[in-house]
Amino acid sequence: MITVVDYGLGNIQAFANIYKRLNIPVRVARTAAELAGAERIILPGVGAFDWAMQRLNDSGMRVCLDDLVLNRRKPVLGVCVGMQMMAGRSEEGALPGLGWLDGDVKRFDEARFRQRTHLPHMGWNDVRPVADAGLFRQMASPRFYFLHSYYFVSGPTGQILATTNYGGDFTSAAHAGHILGVQFHPEKSHEWGIQLLKNFAEL
Amino acid sequence: MLRPRIIPCLLVHNDGLVKTVRFAEPKYVGDPLNAVRIFNEKEVDELIVADIDATAVGREPNYALIANLAAECRMPLCYAGGVTTAGQVQRIISLGVEKVAISSAAIASPDVVAESAQRVGSQSIVVVLDVRKTGLLRRYELFTHNGKRSSGQDPVEFARRAAALGAGEILVNSIDQDGTMHGYDQALIDQIRDAVSLPLSVAGGAGSLEDIQDLISRHGIIGAVAGSLFVFKGKYRAVLINYPSRAEKDELLNRARSLRSS
Repeated sequence: MITVVDYGLGNIQAFANIYKRLNIPVRVARTAAELAGAERIILPGVGAFDWAMQRLNDSGMRVCLDDLVLNRRKPVLGVCVGMQMMAGRSEEGALPGLGWLDGDVKRFDEARFRQRTHLPHMGWNDVRPVADAGLFRQMASPRFYFLHSYYFVSGPTGQILATTNYGGDFTSAAHAGHILGVQFHPEKSHEWGIQLLKNFAEL
Repeated sequence: MLRPRIIPCLLVHNDGLVKTVRFAEPKYVGDPLNAVRIFNEKEVDELIVADIDATAVGREPNYALIANLAAECRMPLCYAGGVTTAGQVQRIISLGVEKVAISSAAIASPDVVAESAQRVGSQSIVVVLDVRKTGLLRRYELFTHNGKRSSGQDPVEFARRAAALGAGEILVNSIDQDGTMHGYDQALIDQIRDAVSLPLSVAGGAGSLEDIQDLISRHGIIGAVAGSLFVFKGKYRAVLINYPSRAEKDELLNRARSLRSS
């Protein structure tokens, strides 16, 4: 059973539709009571860092979510801003992040781009997984949809799951054991995204 | 490597999908949700859905329709039409849409762009420039309200202003080329491309995949938007939703890349 955290941001229904199509049970949690007992969690996100953090903090699910992930060690997948929220802090905002992943979120330095188009990083780009990344099983030359100007920079103990090139390589997926984050949007990335969400359900 | 985007644009009018010529003569081409399902199967890069009634009749965006579209889309969705406040932008993003386009309101009250970008992040804010050639000198000028209202503004100046306000993407739409399938207005695109470093998407005039290939070979990373090309087939404009396959698209991009480097 997959539980998608609905704190008012991100494409909840798109995740739900993909899991329905895969015949994998899925539900949406809007309250702590609905979230309690979750076995496998998706934390989506679209928008600015502080706005997303504020909404999650105000959702009444924050304490329950921390407990599920940190004490009960339930697998969780953060998507886009959902991944960035897992970091300690972000240059985009003032609020502290969840602090689940060792690292910070920084803005791309525009001096790194040689082409005319700079930011945001928008569109389909290649994702190169590390050799044994289960999240990327059964994918030939995976490509995913990106839409962001900030990116996760791993700290000393952070573990990179995949990298992507945009004016140089950056971490497009990272993890700390059962805590996983992807910068791209699997729910909007056709067959590659469907495979990744299936892999997450089977990890 | 980041790929250029090839993007169908769907117009909603009286709850149905239509395609226009020079922003007029709407022809019915089908049902919005059905079209999204077909484009899902075709793995389109992105989709733009524009409600062309909302601003024209001065009503709010149709949130129920937007929620249904967002849930159905397995590709990123950009919504356009009738957006006048940052509150509306927030509401639309929270329905699961990736990007919201602001057109008339960006010109009438540019603060809406800044405030929206602050709330939801620049990456989700698209400013639309509907451009038409006017006067004896055929100068480019910004229009609003489906091309009916002249704004007196210069599109290049306004593109710079939109970037400074916090827009994350510029969508340039040539009213003169719309629905003609005679090719993109390259001169217009060159001017805007030189002015801003934001992602740029362009619409109006795409009549064949060669037009898209030309555009990409010229500009590299760009959003190639097309309406008629992806909803009509043949010279009698029979309605048939179509889009290049993954292999055809990769081939097109490879050809464009080799033309660009040669």
